Amino acid sequence: MTALLTLDKVSVSYGRIQAVREVSVSIDPGQIVTIIGPNGAGKTTLMLAAIGLLPSIGAMRYEGEDLADVDVEARVERGMCLVPERRELFHDMNVEDNLTLGAYSRRAKADIRRDLDDVFDRFPRLRERSRQLAGTLSGGERQMLALGRALMAKPRLLLLDEPSLGLAPLIVREIFKTIASLRNLGISILLVEQNARAALETADVGYVLETGQVTQQGAASELIGDPKLIAAYLGGH
Amino acid sequence: MTFDIAAILAVDGIASGAIYALVAIGTVLLFSVTRVMFVPFGDLAAFTALTLAALDDGKTPGTVNLVIALAILAFSMEAVALVRAGGAKGLPRAALFYLVIPIAVALAVRLLAPATPPLPARLMMALALIVPVAPLLDRIVFRPVADAPVLVLLIIAVALHFALVGLGLLFFGPEGVRTQPLTSWSTEVFGAIVSGQTVCIVVAAIALSALLYVGFEFTLTGKALRATSSNRTGARLMGVRPARAGTIAYVLSSILAGVSGLLIAPVNTIFYDSGFLIGLKAFVGAIIGGLHSYPGAAIGAVIVGLLESFASFASSSLKDVIVFSILVPILVWRSLVSVHIEEEDEE
Repeated sequence: MTALLTLDKVSVSYGRIQAVREVSVSIDPGQIVTIIGPNGAGKTTLMLAAIGLLPSIGAMRYEGEDLADVDVEARVERGMCLVPERRELFHDMNVEDNLTLGAYSRRAKADIRRDLDDVFDRFPRLRERSRQLAGTLSGGERQMLALGRALMAKPRLLLLDEPSLGLAPLIVREIFKTIASLRNLGISILLVEQNARAALETADVGYVLETGQVTQQGAASELIGDPKLIAAYLGGH
Repeated sequence: MTFDIAAILAVDGIASGAIYALVAIGTVLLFSVTRVMFVPFGDLAAFTALTLAALDDGKTPGTVNLVIALAILAFSMEAVALVRAGGAKGLPRAALFYLVIPIAVALAVRLLAPATPPLPARLMMALALIVPVAPLLDRIVFRPVADAPVLVLLIIAVALHFALVGLGLLFFGPEGVRTQPLTSWSTEVFGAIVSGQTVCIVVAAIALSALLYVGFEFTLTGKALRATSSNRTGARLMGVRPARAGTIAYVLSSILAGVSGLLIAPVNTIFYDSGFLIGLKAFVGAIIGGLHSYPGAAIGAVIVGLLESFASFASSSLKDVIVFSILVPILVWRSLVSVHIEEEDEE
């Protein structure tokens, strides 16, 4: 089976500081892959490079195609979609317009109405607030909107950067439930998380990123039982 | 001041305010989508007036050569950029947009100009000729520095303004022009004579504003423009190209500048360098609106128009001083009421 996305020895630098060093990650179709690690390990940097917002060296292939000359907008058109850590919502536009813009990259615009309803069914809170400005939403609602907006693009690969960041535990659970359910839609997911336990429980494969390098990788079910990881990230029981 | 005089001044002020409103809305549109404070905006309006005047005389306007020169330059830059990026297959599209369409428009005007077609056709020709100028300038001047800070873009825009004023002198000559009014009809309101031209100005300003509102509110392209001004990164992540959104913004605002030029040409004598004052007054109006609100900019521009009109009655030599000095209290008031919002507010 050919991988959907492969990062092969990808490095990203801010000026002279190398934030990500020769990281190799691979995601198969239908898989949920998670990258866990401490603050400042380079997880967000890696995600921004994967979508093309940051320049990187090394090879990236998506559906077998080299991404070197493919810019952000073209990657989005090909079915990659990033939900960034900062959400990057359109704060002075209403919820429905935010969602509609999610479908901007799609060639087929005919089903937008129906997909909008699907997103509203998934997140009923958004339907209640569809006329409200995105900037007035609560943290959890913003994350739902960011997820919903990404789903409107009908992505084949969803890059999720810290979807649980700053959210109440109850909402975190809801968000992870949603992520797990996206698998049924045939969406592959690359999930970056500080909440390592929830991420590993949801994912098939996990990578541990520390100071810009992959220090450990394997099946999520194995990583979750690894004593070293339990001590470092999973906080014991 | 009697009531009659006040009414005349008010009508006058609303007319020039409506023209400033079109320019102010265009300024806000460009600034919010491209982050460029497009100083030469008023020059575009002045150039449209000068183009119309040349067409009225059956002469080939200097804008023809300007557009051809800009088109060749812009296309060359785009072609080099495309080939370097390995995207040679984008060349035909780039050629159509940057080369074929502008030059076809320019040549068509050159061909038709000596025949002096009827007035509506001349208006359309002048407008069609001015619309490509700003998008081409965008490609030549701003695209290579698209990620520069706002202040750098502003300084480049100032330089571009001076370059355009020089080109204006070269292409149009030093003479001032005043064109025929669109209509000789007039009416009387509260004792003040309202000319057909004034009615045209106000109607055009309202109609264009309404059209923009509908476009921004109900079309996906309009929403993409708003999204770009709201959050560039977010827009890019949805597949909206800022450069493309910028081009659309330049085309739309060029239409606004062009129409305001056509409307002001019969009212004021326009010289090659008259654009700066128009642009600056519109800018004051836009500032009153906070530089991000379209209705705010329009209302601000009408305030400026009224103030200018009454100031010119009080002291015609000081009218510009009076108009620009209101910037000081407005900026103070703005800095007091507006909460400084960080680019991204994290929760």
